[in-house]
Amino acid sequence: MSIAEVEHVAWLARLALTEEEKRVMAEQLGRILDYMEKLRELDTEEVPPTFHTLEGMRVPLRGDDPRPGLEREEALAAAPDRADDLFRVPRTGEAEGEGA
Amino acid sequence: MSEVQTGRPVRAGGPASAPGGVAAGVPAGWEAVIGLEVHVELSTASKMFCNCPTRFGAPPNSQVCPVCLGLPGVLPVPNRQAVELAVRAALALNCKVATYSKFDRKNYFYPDMPKNYQISQYDLPLATDGYLEVPEGEGSRRIRIRRLHLEEDTGKSMHAADDIVTARYSLLDFNRAGIPLVEIVSEPDIATPEQARLYLEKLKAIMQYCGVSDCRMEEGSLRCDINVSVRRPGGRAGTRTEVKNVNSFRAVERALTYEIARQVEVLEAGGEVEQETRHWDEGAGCTRTLRTKEYAHDYRYFPDPDLPPLVLDPAWIEEIRRSLPELPDARRERYVREMGLPPYDAGVITASRALAEFFEETVRAYPQPKTVSNWVMGEVRRYLNEHGLEPEQIPVRPADLADLLAMVERGTVNMRAARQVFTEMCESGRPPAEIVRERGLEQVSDESLIERAVDEAIAGNPAVVADYRKGKEKALGFLVGQVMKATRGRANPQVVNRLLRERLGPPGTG
Repeated sequence: MSIAEVEHVAWLARLALTEEEKRVMAEQLGRILDYMEKLRELDTEEVPPTFHTLEGMRVPLRGDDPRPGLEREEALAAAPDRADDLFRVPRTGEAEGEGA
Repeated sequence: MSEVQTGRPVRAGGPASAPGGVAAGVPAGWEAVIGLEVHVELSTASKMFCNCPTRFGAPPNSQVCPVCLGLPGVLPVPNRQAVELAVRAALALNCKVATYSKFDRKNYFYPDMPKNYQISQYDLPLATDGYLEVPEGEGSRRIRIRRLHLEEDTGKSMHAADDIVTARYSLLDFNRAGIPLVEIVSEPDIATPEQARLYLEKLKAIMQYCGVSDCRMEEGSLRCDINVSVRRPGGRAGTRTEVKNVNSFRAVERALTYEIARQVEVLEAGGEVEQETRHWDEGAGCTRTLRTKEYAHDYRYFPDPDLPPLVLDPAWIEEIRRSLPELPDARRERYVREMGLPPYDAGVITASRALAEFFEETVRAYPQPKTVSNWVMGEVRRYLNEHGLEPEQIPVRPADLADLLAMVERGTVNMRAARQVFTEMCESGRPPAEIVRERGLEQVSDESLIERAVDEAIAGNPAVVADYRKGKEKALGFLVGQVMKATRGRANPQVVNRLLRERLGPPGTG
């Protein structure tokens, strides 16, 4: 894996890596990808794809019963910063109302 | 689900054009290609993956728990009701429902999800390949739906932009984080801003009919993102832009009209449309660049290891299918076929479940659908429009409207008085008989009383009478008005007309 690819992946995860870390990551991630290449040598034509590591399980569903969660003070207690009853965090530079 | 037979011509895909080849909102010589992504909040009592309540308008951060705050060591458990409502929505939109789908993590760095990811469905969505139909000319146009998937809503971020210090921060309320949503993605089958609005209106009606969501745009329970590009007829598809922050049906139409004109202008000036996300500015009435392609998101989706696959029993899906109520298209056809309503009126009334229910309940008490339809299309909608009310807020009981219509039929009140009574019913909520009695609005059909007023009108307006006799038929209307005025609007207009004609003789005889 190239240093440029490591830098891109690190940026996606918002990780700041030193030059040394980038070199180590390129080597380690490269080895993982090489292993995937090796797996690719197998003929998987007849093998159904695995979509999920928990294939074969099914997610349990729960009833639609509303219950109180945390008291507000309790919820905000772990916040590094707050403004009245709102969590306060550094802005990420995107426009308001963003989000998925 | 089995296709709803509408008995009308259906056309899929391709651009629509008005007579003359020009569609409103699309400049001549161009075509628009529009797709919509709609988020609909599901009407559950608790959140998607935890038991927190979903009540709208609660104080900030009062409906949160370790799961929706993303605290360590918690596990999400999906809400069965949310899954059921999503399946209902999918079936009502003619989608294929997958018996095997899965939840994925959509990773990003906005602070509106405390986990730094949103649980969504990526490559195996709950449902695919649906459609809905919107009116087009005399027929309808099919807009295909690519997919429908389940996800959790994000929290709400606010910025105190007026404060130079706090503007560097986002303020967060996580009450909304984790509320169940379905995202419904259309194919780019929409060709005009108007069609986009019609699509949304239909989608909203269907969601309301099957009890999936209340679809209150003002509360954000229905939200819409737009994808749009333009091209020359028959030409290659242009570069598309995404428009966000479109918060009303009217805004969708305006934002699209603006964005289409902007793209055409860029292209006609020899420029190129940039692939980017733009923000609709409602106040300024324009779209602005939000982020360009170089910042395009790589959400690094992967299957959520906390959530095994969502496996649905086909028998359960069938049970949900059987429980679907009559949907807007079927109801419209029934109104036309069985009640003899004009297709347009039937379409307007069935576009809202509340309006249709009101109509049907009134018809049950006063079984003359056409008369009831005229009132619903006229007076009821007029009152709602004038007061900015939704059909859910009709202030009159169907039984009371039925009573009023029966009074008109019996001749107890004339139409003019009936309209006045209706307005009063809306304002006071009182039954019509009471208002008629109290205001003395009973129609006067007693000929001797009316005769006197007729004679006075003739005696008092010799010039008008002369005009009438010279053949000015219109002059009669003035005299009718005078009689109605003298009887405070209570005279039976038919009797007034007859008596006036008897007294004056046929027009043009003077």
